[in-house]
Amino acid sequence: MIGSVVIVGASLAGMNAAHTLRRDGFDGTITVIDADPNTPYDRPPLSKQVLAGVWDVDRIILPAAREDLGIDYRLGRRAMGLDRIDRFVRLDGGERIGYDGLVIATGAAARWLPGAPMLEGVHVLRTLDDCLVLREQLDEQPERVVVIGAGFIGAEVAAVCRGRGIEVTLLEAAAAPLERALGSEMGMVMAGLHRDHGVDLRLGVGVDGLEGTDRVAAVRLSDGSRIEASVVLVGIGVSPNTGWVEGSGLNVDNGIVTDETLAAAPGVVAAGDIARWPSARYGELLRVEHWETAIQMGEAAARRLLADHDETEPVTFDPVPWFWSDQYDVKIQLAGRSGAGDDVEVVIGTTDERRFVALYGRAGRVVGVLGMNRPRHVMQLRSLLTEPTEWAEGLARARKLA
Amino acid sequence: MRVVVDFDLCESNAICMGIAPEIFEVRDDDFLYILNETPPEELRAKLEEAVQRCPKQAISIAEE
Repeated sequence: MIGSVVIVGASLAGMNAAHTLRRDGFDGTITVIDADPNTPYDRPPLSKQVLAGVWDVDRIILPAAREDLGIDYRLGRRAMGLDRIDRFVRLDGGERIGYDGLVIATGAAARWLPGAPMLEGVHVLRTLDDCLVLREQLDEQPERVVVIGAGFIGAEVAAVCRGRGIEVTLLEAAAAPLERALGSEMGMVMAGLHRDHGVDLRLGVGVDGLEGTDRVAAVRLSDGSRIEASVVLVGIGVSPNTGWVEGSGLNVDNGIVTDETLAAAPGVVAAGDIARWPSARYGELLRVEHWETAIQMGEAAARRLLADHDETEPVTFDPVPWFWSDQYDVKIQLAGRSGAGDDVEVVIGTTDERRFVALYGRAGRVVGVLGMNRPRHVMQLRSLLTEPTEWAEGLARARKLA
Repeated sequence: MRVVVDFDLCESNAICMGIAPEIFEVRDDDFLYILNETPPEELRAKLEEAVQRCPKQAISIAEE
């Protein structure tokens, strides 16, 4: 029996875990801890509508945080340590919060440019406070913003800046933007999108350093060039927030490693960006930073705790990952997992009109479905991923929808 | 129960269609259509899932 659940991380995953516990009838105490003092919020709009200034902050409060779930919130409090023997989480200030069941959902933190000084005007974008500080700077209409890293955060921020009429230089060390997620061919379609919107996109170039005394003045590139800018966004990925559980005996390796049911140890589950689980579907440990995966994991992790409580059989977690991104007037959606070296074939529409669906194939199977402004077809073609589908058959089925 | 969609919020991500194709359909024009505004009780679980998973929080259920 469990009488108390502690959820560390008022994140999408953490709050969905709380919601699921209550929906499934758990009536014990739920404590939610987060270092972020803000009412739990949704992150995707931070690099889109909130940064663009078209949405108020109220609009991104998570649905679960609007409900009366009888949660004891400890917001603005940082979890500092975990004692699995006596089953408690230690907070900053030394307070101990005991648990029968623990959900670890502390997510990830934006990576800082290695060796870069802490200059004013240099930003990362992960939290609401990050977003509001950057938004204030954009409100001042700087002459140029340099975005380091053309991943999804960098690409979305570049798009928001252009929407505000601000000049942008977008830097990427790889040969194409979004290359890790989309591969080089589709990455270059994204390159065309950004260039058509007036982004100064530079590929295959690294950052040598930042210049400035108090405030950033310029970015020095590995090709010897120098770009003047008073605002710089560093968007080079995230690192899982695992520091506070070190020494607890949990398996920490680029995240919290769980079993296929998201259990990290007896009475301990992990969910969201921090969790790394063995996927039978993909035959490897996955750590997925997608919005929908966080929702699914929050639910699954809560049910995993309840399975112990109710003595029912735990369920294996193995969804097909899916995410979306909005840039300019293009909605990008990718279901599945694509990688460098996959076959890519456009099956509906054309890349020129930026309204198309492409399939990714590997080892004779369909592994990914990419859509630009084709949400209907992406959803319909997810079925090619839920059951193993031969490449030729997948192409034929997709083309029939055109 | 009645399905309510705030079409000012809906961005046609089509998640709801993936979860409950009996209720939601995003058509070729990329707009969302509600196929059954008052779905039977046995679709409640699917509808609730669609409410939870909508990235824009555009779907709600009205009880009447």
